[in-house]
Amino acid sequence: MEPRPEYDDLTIGVVALQGSFAKHAYSMGRLGIKSRAVREPGDLKLIDALILPGGESTTMTLLLEQEGMWEPMNEALETLPVFGTCAGAILLGQQIDDERVRCFNKIEYTAERNAYGRQIESFSTSLIMPSLLDHDFHAIFIRAPKFRDISPKVLQLAVFGADPVLLRQGKVLVASFHPELTEDSGIHKYFVDEIVLKSR
Amino acid sequence: MTNDLYEVKTGLAEMLKGGVIMDVTTPKQAEIAEKAGAVAVMALERIPADIRRDGGIARASDPKMIKEIQAAVSIPVMAKCRIGHFAEAQILEALEIDYIDESEVLTPADEANHIWKHDFKTPFVCGATNLAEALRRIGEGAALIRTKGEPGTGNIVEAVRHMRTINMEMAHLSKLRADELMAAAKNMGAPFHLVDQVAKTGKLPVPNFSAGGIATPADASLMMQLGAETIFVGSGIFKSEESSLMAKAIVQAATFYDKPDKLAEISEGLGKAMKGLDMSEITPDERMQDRGW
Repeated sequence: MEPRPEYDDLTIGVVALQGSFAKHAYSMGRLGIKSRAVREPGDLKLIDALILPGGESTTMTLLLEQEGMWEPMNEALETLPVFGTCAGAILLGQQIDDERVRCFNKIEYTAERNAYGRQIESFSTSLIMPSLLDHDFHAIFIRAPKFRDISPKVLQLAVFGADPVLLRQGKVLVASFHPELTEDSGIHKYFVDEIVLKSR
Repeated sequence: MTNDLYEVKTGLAEMLKGGVIMDVTTPKQAEIAEKAGAVAVMALERIPADIRRDGGIARASDPKMIKEIQAAVSIPVMAKCRIGHFAEAQILEALEIDYIDESEVLTPADEANHIWKHDFKTPFVCGATNLAEALRRIGEGAALIRTKGEPGTGNIVEAVRHMRTINMEMAHLSKLRADELMAAAKNMGAPFHLVDQVAKTGKLPVPNFSAGGIATPADASLMMQLGAETIFVGSGIFKSEESSLMAKAIVQAATFYDKPDKLAEISEGLGKAMKGLDMSEITPDERMQDRGW
């Protein structure tokens, strides 16, 4: 993929407290886009968009709160475009019924954690997403969540069986799978081209 | 639905990166670990320090205890089987354990063969003391490697030795010419295709974690600065004076391992770390790291 000149002055923040943050940075790097690890509140001022990676939502909740990151991030997410995968998607949705996880209520669904079961039920599959990509996307689901009670305001960009797995509402993009684990940066490119650049 | 198992197996290890995996022996300890921010727990009957003290044969844990721990937490639950004991591994898979540790902490069941891990849908983690050992385990299907260190000692010296050895051996391979790699594979006793892959990429084909002797936030930082992507803490937490404080601190240290100012704050007032053992206090036949090959 040819880097676009519009990418030159972009910096995508990746929340780097725990999880697949390095893989997201790598996915952006493959597009010729700079990324920055976000571990402290000050980092939020230096970025054009944010990624919440996969990992453990319980661990991320604790670290966000302990580091005084939760409130500043909640505020930053009022304007910053954001892309969340798996645990990141759980945190961006409506508050779930589990006190171990604190959600940002930035997109209207309630996530069900580990909805497919334990690791033995993890899988990969091919998804079509015609509004984003002209090719199938190889999607890896790891102890993935399902999105429940999805508002009609939320755009469903891909489904697996009966389950919507890639969703967008305004500047918020979420996947229940892990686009950062594959060599295909197509979904990351959609996030930057259609959400980050168009909301500047 | 396709069955590209390997990426699904290593995928879970990717999600554990930058985190801490804690040994727990009861549902109560599992809850403490999860509340402290552990990314996963390792369910076992006795922590390595107690196995070392008690002697006797250490086997896979009682399924009842494993199930109670699975019910107590929402994070992944790992469990150990004996080296070569594929029947114990089959039982752990039937229990839907998230990761199986074919571990030198338990008494080996087979001195010649490790488990053929490709046969399992559940991913495996295995210990290694050097690169050749790591590649043999990956060849058998391990989706995650950890240093062996010397379990149950609270002494970081062996984990450091193993991590540095693996790093140096990878650096050496990446300097070799293509026509030297077959001889390298022969001398190492490691599968050629994996030796070739490490020579080209300069890194292990699966994530690389650290275990065996980590007892403080500084230990976690040391191992991560040496290249570990995640930390296993066995006896270090529940053998310390203030388990909950120590657990939280090591979790923070895994995130801020490269920020000394932050580590200074994190390390303050944690009470006594586990007492630990010097390597000279352990006889050669008590060395767990020499189990397996």
